[in-house]
Amino acid sequence: MTPFIRIRNVTRRFGDVLAVDDLSLDIDRGELFCLLGASGCGKTTLLRMLAGFERVDSGSIEIDGIDMAAVPPAARPVNIMFQNYALFPHMSVADNIAYGLRRAGLPKPEIVARLEELLRLVRLDGMGGRKPHQLSGGQRQRVALARALARRPKLLLLDEPLAALDKKLREDTQFELVDIQERLETTFIVVTHDQEEAMTLASRIGVMDAGRLVQVDTPRTLYDRPCNSFIADFLGTVSFLEGVVASVNDGSIMVDGPVPVTAANPGGFAVGDVVRMAVRPEKIALGPEARGAINEIPVTVEDLAFTGVATNYRVIGPEGVRLKLTQPNRRGEAASLEWEQQGFVSFDPADVVLLRD
Amino acid sequence: MNRGVSWPALWLGIIGFGILYVPVMVMVVYSFNAGRLVSVWAGFSTKWYGELMQNDQVLEALGKSLWVAVNAATLSTVFGVLIALAFVRYGNFRFRLLLSALASTPLVMPEVVTGLSLLLLFIAMEGFLGWPAGRGLDTIIIAHTTFGMCFAAIVVQSRLRDFDMSIEEAAADLGATQPFIFFSITLPVIAPAVVAAWLLAFTLSFDDLVIASFVSGPGSSTLPIVVFSKVRLGVTPEINALATIMIALVAASVITASIIIYRNAAGRVATTQKGSQP
Repeated sequence: MTPFIRIRNVTRRFGDVLAVDDLSLDIDRGELFCLLGASGCGKTTLLRMLAGFERVDSGSIEIDGIDMAAVPPAARPVNIMFQNYALFPHMSVADNIAYGLRRAGLPKPEIVARLEELLRLVRLDGMGGRKPHQLSGGQRQRVALARALARRPKLLLLDEPLAALDKKLREDTQFELVDIQERLETTFIVVTHDQEEAMTLASRIGVMDAGRLVQVDTPRTLYDRPCNSFIADFLGTVSFLEGVVASVNDGSIMVDGPVPVTAANPGGFAVGDVVRMAVRPEKIALGPEARGAINEIPVTVEDLAFTGVATNYRVIGPEGVRLKLTQPNRRGEAASLEWEQQGFVSFDPADVVLLRD
Repeated sequence: MNRGVSWPALWLGIIGFGILYVPVMVMVVYSFNAGRLVSVWAGFSTKWYGELMQNDQVLEALGKSLWVAVNAATLSTVFGVLIALAFVRYGNFRFRLLLSALASTPLVMPEVVTGLSLLLLFIAMEGFLGWPAGRGLDTIIIAHTTFGMCFAAIVVQSRLRDFDMSIEEAAADLGATQPFIFFSITLPVIAPAVVAAWLLAFTLSFDDLVIASFVSGPGSSTLPIVVFSKVRLGVTPEINALATIMIALVAASVITASIIIYRNAAGRVATTQKGSQP
């Protein structure tokens, strides 16, 4: 079966800059796919190419089996929700949403019925007569969503859909967006620079850097098994350790370095390889006493920050090895260690990610 | 901001605005003078306004001026919008700088030069093409459009520069194509600037004397031409009344244009603010 969206070796160049560099990607029908990357990584350019606003220098884009090269934006089964929402300022909410329906030449009663349905979907019932400048940021975002969904596109593109909202509202809206996507079963492609947003929304995430896709995976795999240190560092917090592979067994690898580490063996490493290892902060345990666990390192607390849910530590081990770790604040437990105190950290070999770069 | 009054600044302000508006005020006051002598006050009266209404020559000239101004303003606005679109939308085309300088030259061209060159052009065209046949209101409209459109282009250009292109893309994405996008999205959004441009071109045309004198023909005297020829025979309170009416008309359109521009700016601020309250 051919994938719903098939992007093949697409390249786009602006002057000397390669905005999108020989990028290939398949997306299935009904997916909520996130393109994640820092600003300027080419994710918006890719989105605009899907919508038809940006020329494709080389390569091809197919949507639902049809090559899009010669199809203008108006004729694509695609709609886009712009980052700044791009609402028509001189039109009411209802006219904004109905714009695409009128262009499609639907009969009037059907336009009215669909308008009602869309206003209900985005919880703006009774607001059809308002002008965009009379709405709050969250309401404007929902008008933009309703307008983009009005023509029942096969593919909806969302450019930083939540960037303009404040944190609290963003969290609520994330779940609402996922909910709407699941109900309509439309394929969504969301562009964002916010890794937490991408993790919450997406069924799969494609991380972009300098016009290329670095890794495409589910949020969990990206977080637990990043393919290189760029991904590990980009998604969440991570501590890096360096060393040389000392021995390889069936199940584990021993790495010699400032601190010796045992890691689960992902395969493909040989004795003598220089490796980088990543450990997530919540996978590291901290205690005042040595317990004789594997990967136990004596450390001194350098810094700690209480965040409410958890306490974040920065500790320093032998030969200046620095680790970041997070300890949940459970009921009745005081912070286990204070500034300048000595203790021991340990982590499971299965939680050590070996990176190839 | 309001940190009391600075007296030197206040006096400078009074002197400055005095220089600007005292002559106008004197003229407005004397238009209500009952006597015939311009410089002797003989009591309040509106009789000169009444006499003005009886003066067929003035009324006819007023009608011609309005006809010329409305047509010239409309043509200026159409061309001005096209010029503005060309410069703002089509990026860095060849000779862009040269062309944009050429488009604004009529703003600084001495009116005598503009008037004379247009007159020569019309005469030459009449010789070669047979059109325009003689000088009349049509030639005045063409002449006024040549400089009115430059002003209109500048007013519209500044609005188009901060036009959010993504709303046109949104329209295209929702199935609209040009020219529908232009008429349903672009034009309504820049409408305040277009109206302002029209009003500006209208006032420029309505009070132009120099260019109109060159390109008008027999029987096509506009109001400023009539006023000027009357003044040569001596200023009468009737002229004061006429000038007062003209000031009122021009002031009304300038104020309307300012209000439209101001309101629009305020509305734009409201729309671009990314409010985040639920």
